[in-house]
Amino acid sequence: MAAKKKAARPSKGRREPIKGFDDVPGTTLFDMQRARVGYHLNMFCMSLMKAENRAEFKADEAAYLRKFPMTDEQRDAVLKRDWNRMIWNGGNVYFLSKLFSSDGLSFQYVAAEMTGLTQEQYAEMMLKGGRSIAGNRSKSEQMKRG
Amino acid sequence: MARIIASVNCSHVPAIGAAWDQGKTQTPYWAPIFKGFDFSKKWIADLKPDVVILVYNDHASAFSLEIIPTFALGCAAEFPPADEGWGPRPVPVVKGHPELASHIAQSVILDEFDLTVVNKMAVDHGLTVPLSLMFGQPKEWPCKVIPLPVNVVVFPPPTGNRCYNFGKAIRKAVESYPEDLRVVIFGTGGMSHQLQGPRAGLINSKFDKSFLDNLVKNPKKVAKIPFIEYVREAGSEAIELVMWLISRGALHDDVREVYRFYHVPSSNTALGHLILENKTRKALARKRK
Repeated sequence: MAAKKKAARPSKGRREPIKGFDDVPGTTLFDMQRARVGYHLNMFCMSLMKAENRAEFKADEAAYLRKFPMTDEQRDAVLKRDWNRMIWNGGNVYFLSKLFSSDGLSFQYVAAEMTGLTQEQYAEMMLKGGRSIAGNRSKSEQMKRG
Repeated sequence: MARIIASVNCSHVPAIGAAWDQGKTQTPYWAPIFKGFDFSKKWIADLKPDVVILVYNDHASAFSLEIIPTFALGCAAEFPPADEGWGPRPVPVVKGHPELASHIAQSVILDEFDLTVVNKMAVDHGLTVPLSLMFGQPKEWPCKVIPLPVNVVVFPPPTGNRCYNFGKAIRKAVESYPEDLRVVIFGTGGMSHQLQGPRAGLINSKFDKSFLDNLVKNPKKVAKIPFIEYVREAGSEAIELVMWLISRGALHDDVREVYRFYHVPSSNTALGHLILENKTRKALARKRK
């Protein structure tokens, strides 16, 4: 499952805009290149700001998605509500919020899902001061530690 | 002549707006957060600013990916609250100050800060949540508000140093406006938070506290913090903190820290709040009386 998700990342060959960005673990920076790749995915999300579009989307999600020139990978991630995969394919969380709001989901619910926690576990982590920075700074550091 | 007399910094977490609007301010989760603004509400009620310049970022509400202005300035007479997908917040329409806003636009563009003039714009939680925190739930907002949205959604946002210098240009613009106006500048967003990916939920209180200390005493040092440090240390969405440098640049180098509040968590975010005054503020208030 994890390997499959990894293969879906379009970041191969991507030029890092600022040195070190790709070394931050569990983080996909929404830079100009990703904004370009994710343009139609994000504009689809924007379209859900209108009630009539939400109704049309809910009636037949796949048909509605075909109206936007997105990649099949992006469409599939939307249909499966795979938030991390949407982000790897150029989605930005503020745009995705239009999608999960129309699903009746909160920022905290979706954040929890992206981290692989239940909403209760995630809320508990936040109450205890949030995710610690220790061990979460750098991929290369994590690799060294093993 | 117009003067910027103080700055207010605070996070603009959307859930805070929802808590206000749903009457949840006294629940055990939210009560400490709203209590943290009791002093601030009194402070600003006493200060009675004529105009607030409110630096914030739009969250895919007024601006989508169609147009991405790095710095924009709201020059309209009014700005309606945005519908962010669950209906507009039940807050008053924001009344602008088109004369001062146009003056600022002209002045800063001549100073080489080429901002985008916006004459029609809805304002989202980034702008209305700080107003609610500072002014509560009035029928009308008690002063004019000039929205100043900054792109911090698509990387790269403006650098901290650029923001700091932009603040200085805003100060110069305000001080060259002939009418006697008392202006407060808000710099909002932050503090540490990450809303995306497997690292979501990151909080770094040590980074936040050091940011607050240095913003007061050594803003030039804060202006040099590179993007990668915000992202690595405080989370991808902590980059909003560059906006605090705009308000800081608009004040004098030497300021008085009037109030500070810090609380974790507010939804996914470390909530930070800071009030700074120029040291000339008291003398100015006396003169006005």
